[in-house]
Amino acid sequence: MTTARPSVVVFDYGFGNVHSAAKALEEAGADVELTADRTRAVEADGLVVPGVGAFAAVVEGLRRAHGDEVVDRRLAGGRAVLGICVGMQVLFSGGVEGGTETEGLGEWPGIVERLDAPVLPHMGWNTVEAPGDSVLFAGVGDERFYFVHSYAMRAWTLEPYGRFAAPKITWAEHGERFVAAAENGPLSATQFHPEKSGEAGIRLLRNWLGSL
Amino acid sequence: MTGSDVATRVIPCLDVAAGRVVKGVNFLNLRDAGDPVELARLYYAQGADEITFLDVTATIEDRATMYATVTATAEQVFIPLTVGGGVRTVDDVVRLLAVGADKVGVNSAAIARPDLVDEIATRFGAQVLVLSLDVKRSAPAGRERYPSGFVVTTHGGRTETELDAIAWAREAIQRGAGELLVNSIDADGTKQGFDLELVAAIREISPVPVVASGGAGALEHFAPAVAAGADAVLAASVFHDGLLSVGQVKGALRAEGVTVR
Repeated sequence: MTTARPSVVVFDYGFGNVHSAAKALEEAGADVELTADRTRAVEADGLVVPGVGAFAAVVEGLRRAHGDEVVDRRLAGGRAVLGICVGMQVLFSGGVEGGTETEGLGEWPGIVERLDAPVLPHMGWNTVEAPGDSVLFAGVGDERFYFVHSYAMRAWTLEPYGRFAAPKITWAEHGERFVAAAENGPLSATQFHPEKSGEAGIRLLRNWLGSL
Repeated sequence: MTGSDVATRVIPCLDVAAGRVVKGVNFLNLRDAGDPVELARLYYAQGADEITFLDVTATIEDRATMYATVTATAEQVFIPLTVGGGVRTVDDVVRLLAVGADKVGVNSAAIARPDLVDEIATRFGAQVLVLSLDVKRSAPAGRERYPSGFVVTTHGGRTETELDAIAWAREAIQRGAGELLVNSIDADGTKQGFDLELVAAIREISPVPVVASGGAGALEHFAPAVAAGADAVLAASVFHDGLLSVGQVKGALRAEGVTVR
């Protein structure tokens, strides 16, 4: 049993408020490094992929920094990856923004699309509906989390496969239901910003760190 | 289509000059009210949903101080941070996001050059761009120029622009503004309540979130702003003076059936 703080790389490829994510992870108990160095990103105990802005720009930025390879290599080794906001969206097969579909990293099936809601962006603190066995939401399933987005994944289509553990999907609602978080083996993601979700967000990050 | 359980946000606004919090009564008399980082931490502990910094001097020397304030706050306060005041270029936005801001407020520079709104939204997405409007009721004789009865002002309300507030809000949204911060110059500093007609008029045409600002002076002022259509309520001096806490405002909203965090 070790009491060492887990090492986490926040992938710093130019698309996200990386400092906030780093500080929140430190608060939650991690040793954090901001870098886009591939070796460091592959070797850390955990990798956080933030993302802010347009789907196409984030995918392009991530590929340019070889973030897609880093994610693939980590997942092949069963090593934890956490995508946040657009950093979650790009894990799906694709995204449609402004009528144009862009290919995503394809770790999960499905196309990210614009929510049908009277007020967009969905900006603010919303409730979530987490499964009882969720690791991320242990102790914070009744709390609110901070969302800011107009696009989301509205259906979860990856079915449990053979001996693979069933993915744990957390839902939220703004105009329509969408995936607020997913926990699928080493790959987790949140549509909201845990690093901007106050104490509940810190607790969620601590839960993730505890799983590393 | 179904609903949303998203909570109404309560946002303390800190007017900052030279690294200190100030709040002007009708913007004319500035009065020192403390250290911005300390105040932001206090509001975070009270349950604030977001913090807004407004750089009210925006001189070159003060900019660097402001960046340091933003960074120090973002490192300790784990809620969204909006920074406005003196934002004139895409580079200003790059810098503010880099030092820890989550959203950036744009006001007079967008009036002077509306393309700035498109440029920021294209580069960073609408969600980072808060269009700030300082709005005044126009004189009855001004109805031809300002059909809505509300005129956009600059310089803290001292200068009237050619823009009708509703027309400008509509245009800014089309250009990519992701949120509207609607500040009533008439109500600001009066502590007599928000300009509810203004909030309602903006809500009527806005598919993006609307933040009501200006005039909050008592607990009973907040729920009517939400009823008029605000997604968030912003106040400054009532919080800085210790007259009201964020928790009290949320309690008052909750008592009126408004969903809060």
